[in-house]
Parts: sequence; structure tokens; C-alpha cells
Amino acid sequence: MKKQVITGLNSLIVLGSLLLIWRLLIWALAIPKFMLPTPWAVAEAATERSSSLLASVRITGEAAACGLFASVIVGVLIALIFAQWRWIRRMFYPYTILLQTVPIIAIAPLILMWLGPGIVSVMVIAFIMCLAPIIANTTQGLISVEHNLIDLFLMHNAKPAEILWKLRLPHAIPSFFTGVRIASGLSVIGAIIGELFAGSTRVGEGGLGYAIQYASSQVETDYLFALVFAASALGFAFFFIIMFLEWYFLHNWHESARPAEND
Amino acid sequence: MSHDRGVPHIEFRGVGKRYGAARPVLEDIDIIVRKGEFVSIIGPSGCGKSTILKLVAGLIPVTSGTVLVDGMTPVNAREIVSFIFQDPTLLPWRTVAHNIGLALELDHSPRDARPRRIEALLELVGLKDVERSYPRQLSGGMKMRVSIARALASKPRILLMDEPFAALDEMSRDRLNEELLRLREEHKWTVLFVTHSVAEAVFLSDRIIVLAPFPGRVATEIDVSLPFPRDTELRASSALDDSIAVVSKALRGAHAL
Repeated sequence: MKKQVITGLNSLIVLGSLLLIWRLLIWALAIPKFMLPTPWAVAEAATERSSSLLASVRITGEAAACGLFASVIVGVLIALIFAQWRWIRRMFYPYTILLQTVPIIAIAPLILMWLGPGIVSVMVIAFIMCLAPIIANTTQGLISVEHNLIDLFLMHNAKPAEILWKLRLPHAIPSFFTGVRIASGLSVIGAIIGELFAGSTRVGEGGLGYAIQYASSQVETDYLFALVFAASALGFAFFFIIMFLEWYFLHNWHESARPAEND
Repeated sequence: MSHDRGVPHIEFRGVGKRYGAARPVLEDIDIIVRKGEFVSIIGPSGCGKSTILKLVAGLIPVTSGTVLVDGMTPVNAREIVSFIFQDPTLLPWRTVAHNIGLALELDHSPRDARPRRIEALLELVGLKDVERSYPRQLSGGMKMRVSIARALASKPRILLMDEPFAALDEMSRDRLNEELLRLREEHKWTVLFVTHSVAEAVFLSDRIIVLAPFPGRVATEIDVSLPFPRDTELRASSALDDSIAVVSKALRGAHAL
């Protein structure tokens, strides 16, 4: 407990130092406001325009959450198929890696062309970003079951469905969560990239990506900074929620989900 | 000697096994294990000890010859066979009680009878206090007890044990050896036990089969004439040492074959 307090204090000290360096840099190098606003100006912009800032966070958050959720459903289904049929896995697995390496920034305009601007395109872009890590990690978890355990089930004449349900699925939960954790950060990035291209259906309203673009075109650097911090906070919130779920489901039995006790 | 009379429970007739085009792992194996017998298989690594157990379990097919278990093919005989692996093979997401219950679930045993059965098995292997613990909270010896309890849950007639105590410290190993014999007095299983340890094989077995490697074949069989029940007292006796010496010599001979 005491150790955690100290760790928390240390993080706060780092934050304070960074803000101080930021402020000192502006002063020492005489950086103009439109290039780099002071921390105080950023905080002011954020509070003054808090309602539109929060609206942007909500819009992006919803799109990212929907994309992430859809990719969890689709990704797990694909992973199940990959795990059950080796030949399908051999055939299609390389393409899931392709999914990961293709730059989303290059497909985003295509998706907008096909689906039109709006939240659906943004969700789809977030979905595509999230899919690969979920498929890869969940598949790995499903197929990496120790051979003796399979033999144990076979000794009881277990059916494939029983092996899947009682052995492969629970065994895959830790790696599934690893995939979702990676995807949670990507979902926010994907949604913001989508919004950069998708713009807004209503003037002056839109997600973080749209607002970032708008603020930069208006040289509202202080608000732009506020948006960037809000985007990071949103990504962090996603990550934190997934970490919590992971802990909740795994802390009883899995080492990775438990706090280190001896260091 | 008991095995001169009893009914064959496990029978290998001219069994050969090879994986793909590689050189054979087992060649021309003839083994008979009679009902109620405790037979250990020892031999240098590469002699196919574990392969023999997997053949009895029907987890892999023979390349030539026949394996009969209780007069049936190994796959058909699985209902009366339990396999105990070298590692405890517990499911880390299940508590001790639920790990034991897994065997009952997979055997589709009546649901309402399960809790009492699990209770009895926990009692049997001395794990009543940790029934709600997860495997990661247990010592190696306790995990092995859970594994044994789970194997016994199916009420097997035949136990196949693949170096089950190899990873344990000597004290836990000796204790579990003695408990295994005590349980066997009661349940009269037929046991086929693979081990690296001559002392363990001698302490446990009615008979020891010594295998020679490359390809695996039976070098010799040795009857262990020490009287049952065997316990801590026997461990200190010179009769045990004599038997160990005989088997060690045979094992060295098998190396040279």
C-alpha cells in the first residue's frame, strides 16, 4: 500500500516537472502562443469549451467502442474457425497479418468512398484496426493448449465440442485479453483517423479527429492541445477498462493478472 | 507368484511402433500384465517407455502387432483406464474440487452424486483443506495428489502412470509412493508405471520390465519378491537394497545391449 502511494507520488512529480519544463521552454525560447501555448492556456481552453470537448470525446469514444466491440465478436469467431480447422488457418492466416501491415491511413479514404462520411465509416475503420491483434492472440491461445491436456480429455472420450468449451476457450482467455488490450488503444486511434477523413455531418460538431483538424485549420493551438490530451485520456480510459476486466476475470488463477508480490 | 496365474489385463503381442519413416521406437514387444499386478517399466531414455503407455491408452496406434486391454482394443477400453501424466495437467482456472470434478463431468456421471464423490476423493488424497484453492497456490506434491484424485474419480481398473513423481522432491515422492501402495491395497488396480528411478520401481512393483534402447525392446523382466504391505520400515531394510542392486545391474546390462 505504502509502495503504491510512493509510486503514485513519483508519477505526479514527473508530471509536474514536465509541465514546468514546458512552461520554461516557452519563456526561454520566446515561443509564440500559436506555436506552443502555455499549460495554463491549454487548461483554460479546455474548461471554456468543455461542452464541445466532451461532445467530441463522446462521439469518438462511441465509435471506438462500437468498432472494438464488433472486432471482438468477429475476431473471436474467426479465431474459433482458425483453431478448429488447421487447413483454413494455413490458408487465411497470412491475410490477417496483411490486415495488420496495411496502413489504415491508405484505406480510410476508400472506406469513406464506399460507405460515405459519417459514424459508420469511422466505426468500420476502428474495427479494421482492432481485428488483427484480436484474431492473432485469440487463435494463439486456442491452439497452444498443452498436448497432455488434450490427451487427458481424449482418455475420457471427450467430444471436440467439450475440448473446445472446457479446455481451449478458457485456456485462450489470457491471450484473448492481451489482444483486446492492444486493440483498445488502436480502436481510439482508428476512430480518430476515420474522423480526420470523415469530417462531420453537422458543422462545428464532430469527434476528436474532426475537431483536431478544425482547430488546426483555425490555428486554435491551445484547444488543439486540449484535444490531443483528451484523445490520450480516452485511449487510456479504454486501456484501463480492459485492464480491469482482465484482472476481474483472471486474478484468481492467472499469474499475469495478479500484482507482483515480491518485488 | 501372482502373475503366473491371474488373467491378462494388458497384453502386447509382437508390438512395433515407428513414427513416419524414422527408425522404430519399439520393436517386437511382448508384455503381459495380469489383473491386479503392479508392473514398472524402466530403461534408458529413448527406449520408448512412454510410448508403451500411450499405446495402452489408445492415444497412438501400433505400427505392427496387437495391444489388448481387458480383451478389448485400447480405445474401447478407455472407460476402465486412467492416465496420470508426469506433470499434474490441472486446469489452472479451476479450483482443486472442480479439477477433480472435471473427470466426472467428462464421464457424464450423475450430477447430484458429484459433490459427494469429490468430497470422498479429496478425503482420500488428503486435500480437504485446499478444495477451494487454485492449482497455482499448491505445492508440486499437492498438485500431483489432485491429479491422482482426478484419475481415481473415473473408478478405473487400470492405472497408467508416466513418471508421475519425477518432478517431486524425495520426501514427497516417498510419501506418495507409500500412499499409492496403500490405496492400491484397497482398490486392487492393475498398474503400469513408468519411472527413471530404480529404487521407486523396486519399492512399488510386483515385477519390473527393463527395456533396452534403439529400438526399444524388452531386455529382461525381474520379479520383486519383497512382501506387501511395504512401508517406511522396508526402506531401511537390506532386502530392499539387494533388490535395487539386482535391478540396477540389469539396467546397466540393458544399456550395453
